[in-house]
Amino acid sequence: MTQARTLYRKIVDAHTVQRIDDRGNLLLYVDRQVLNEYTSPQAFSALREARRRVWRPKNSLAVVDHVNPTAPVRTLAIADSAKAKQVSYLGENCREFGIELFDVLDKRQGIEHVVATEQGFVLPGMVVAAGDSHTITHGGLGALAFGIGTSEIEHLLATQTLQYRLQRSMRITIDGTLGTGVTAKDLVMAVIRDIGADGAAGHVIEYAGGAFRAMSVEGRLTVCNMSVEAAARGALIAPDDKVVDYLRERPRAPRGRMWDEAVERWKTLRSDEDAKFERDIRLDASHIEPMVTWGTSPDQASAIGGVVPDPAQESDSTRRRDMQRALEYMGLTPGERLDAIRIDRAFIGSCTNGRIEDLRDAARVLRGRRIAQGVRGMVVPGSTAVHDQAEAEGLDRVFLEAGFEWRQSGCSMCVAMNDDHLLPGERCASSTNRNFEGRQGAGGRTHLMSPAMVAAAAIAGRLTDLRPLVSP
Amino acid sequence: MKPFTIVTGVAAPLPRANIDTDQIMPKQFLKGVDRSGLRDGFLFDMRFAAPGVPRPDFILNRDPWRDAKFLVVGANYGCGSSREHAVWGMVQLGIRAVIGTQFGGIFYDNCLRNGVPAILLPENDVEGLLTLTADGARSEITVDLPAQAIVAHATGKSIAFTFDPVHKDMLVRGISAVDATLERSETIEAFESTYYAENPWLA
Repeated sequence: MTQARTLYRKIVDAHTVQRIDDRGNLLLYVDRQVLNEYTSPQAFSALREARRRVWRPKNSLAVVDHVNPTAPVRTLAIADSAKAKQVSYLGENCREFGIELFDVLDKRQGIEHVVATEQGFVLPGMVVAAGDSHTITHGGLGALAFGIGTSEIEHLLATQTLQYRLQRSMRITIDGTLGTGVTAKDLVMAVIRDIGADGAAGHVIEYAGGAFRAMSVEGRLTVCNMSVEAAARGALIAPDDKVVDYLRERPRAPRGRMWDEAVERWKTLRSDEDAKFERDIRLDASHIEPMVTWGTSPDQASAIGGVVPDPAQESDSTRRRDMQRALEYMGLTPGERLDAIRIDRAFIGSCTNGRIEDLRDAARVLRGRRIAQGVRGMVVPGSTAVHDQAEAEGLDRVFLEAGFEWRQSGCSMCVAMNDDHLLPGERCASSTNRNFEGRQGAGGRTHLMSPAMVAAAAIAGRLTDLRPLVSP
Repeated sequence: MKPFTIVTGVAAPLPRANIDTDQIMPKQFLKGVDRSGLRDGFLFDMRFAAPGVPRPDFILNRDPWRDAKFLVVGANYGCGSSREHAVWGMVQLGIRAVIGTQFGGIFYDNCLRNGVPAILLPENDVEGLLTLTADGARSEITVDLPAQAIVAHATGKSIAFTFDPVHKDMLVRGISAVDATLERSETIEAFESTYYAENPWLA
């Protein structure tokens, strides 16, 4: 009898080219890689220097997303010549090595993780690796996906494989129903708060339970996306009919008989009933409330009804010092109510929350309302396709009438590598994934939350519970 | 890749938890298309008040730690972004190995591909090294990767560590992973022909 296997193990087994030892080191075949302008250049240069070819160019797709401006009118111009060079070098590399590129003006351009799913470039059961930690997003479709560094990009381009080490497995089961106004973002933020910023280190998470069956595919992408903030090396949700419906007729999805065959195979992509996980965690969705971060690590988070915690109450001395430093950076006082924290900026976008459902959620809160005086709000769709879809639904008008800027797609102020950034001391309600010091701009202060919570904060001029605004 | 065998030098303690790669290499240093010029970017905001203006009290700006070859770090060092620039800058500053309880996963791999052992020790051993190396006179250590041991010179105490044998072999011999894998080209081709026959929609 064969041993019961986890979904993670099944995907790894199906992609094992060769075992390197009996301790979990192996050569892993990779189905898809996505390249961007800032982590790929040195990989291409290394290939060129060693006179190597790209093993299988059609498994790669390149997208410009990190450094491009998001001004409302799209142009190719990038004021900073070094960043412009990154974009032109990506174009050069793609031409020379025969890799398809979605350039800034391409209608399919967007944040790589948003583009790859909406194009159907990533499918269930695949292994996907890319030079960006949020590649893990694709676990929402049932693909094993993870970020890699530039040396690994070079390795992948040259061999279509990675020297991989099998990770430990962890199951997070969440049953129960999320309350009104509580989203996938709140759920994953609650998970990170509970298990910690290194809580899933060395592990691949499989999410299971009723909360995920009920969750939309876009919500699942959000959950998997942010799992890297708990240090997960992969996050998976077994694909179901919702995933099949999501992928049907996407531009790169298989068609006809191939589609039917693929769908049949995807039905086998689940953990065996008696598969053993090295860690097992359970949560109840109905206990989760709208979440916000108060610190500079994604696990420094609380339900919106809470207060800024007091480091003096923390018994662990390292953690106490880190909390004190975080509060100092954030300009917050222990005991302060979270819903009294005033904001200067509101940002809706990113690979975590820049998809159409996220924009609909935020627009629902903003419809017929105005953002508070003194708050600057920005909406940056996750892709040009999302941008155009939102305009077709009239969401752009809702944002503009509420006083938000309606911009073009890109990573924008999530990583602040283009010209969108906070000024020192500015405080931002942000639908992004990292509240690290300086992440959104040197000296900037980030509070992470769901897009609807960002919208509510923009209206109130301070962090606030969105539920009174969306209650029937 | 430069082989790593036995290296002796000063170790600098960085006890904070969750030092992410945005802090290790901030965005203004990510604009290049090559690997050069990242030495100053490494831990920029901790080391410098402004470009060219060091913070005199930061550990890496003080003797003897300004010549550190090792970092002893808090939990989850190198979490966050995949940017390998974080490791390139660290290597350009002269750091040869990092020691901690847990590293960001991508950061660990990036270290491996740049000849830098990221050494895992139990929490009490890391605590011990953090305390010891905070005293400049007692901050010299030897990392012996082949023997999998760290020796603190001040105490003479040797701490054994575990290390993945495959990773150790690559570091000790300074092997390029790409070269090693390309030696298996025929195996990869054989895998592909079966794989795409069984999964034609992926071809």
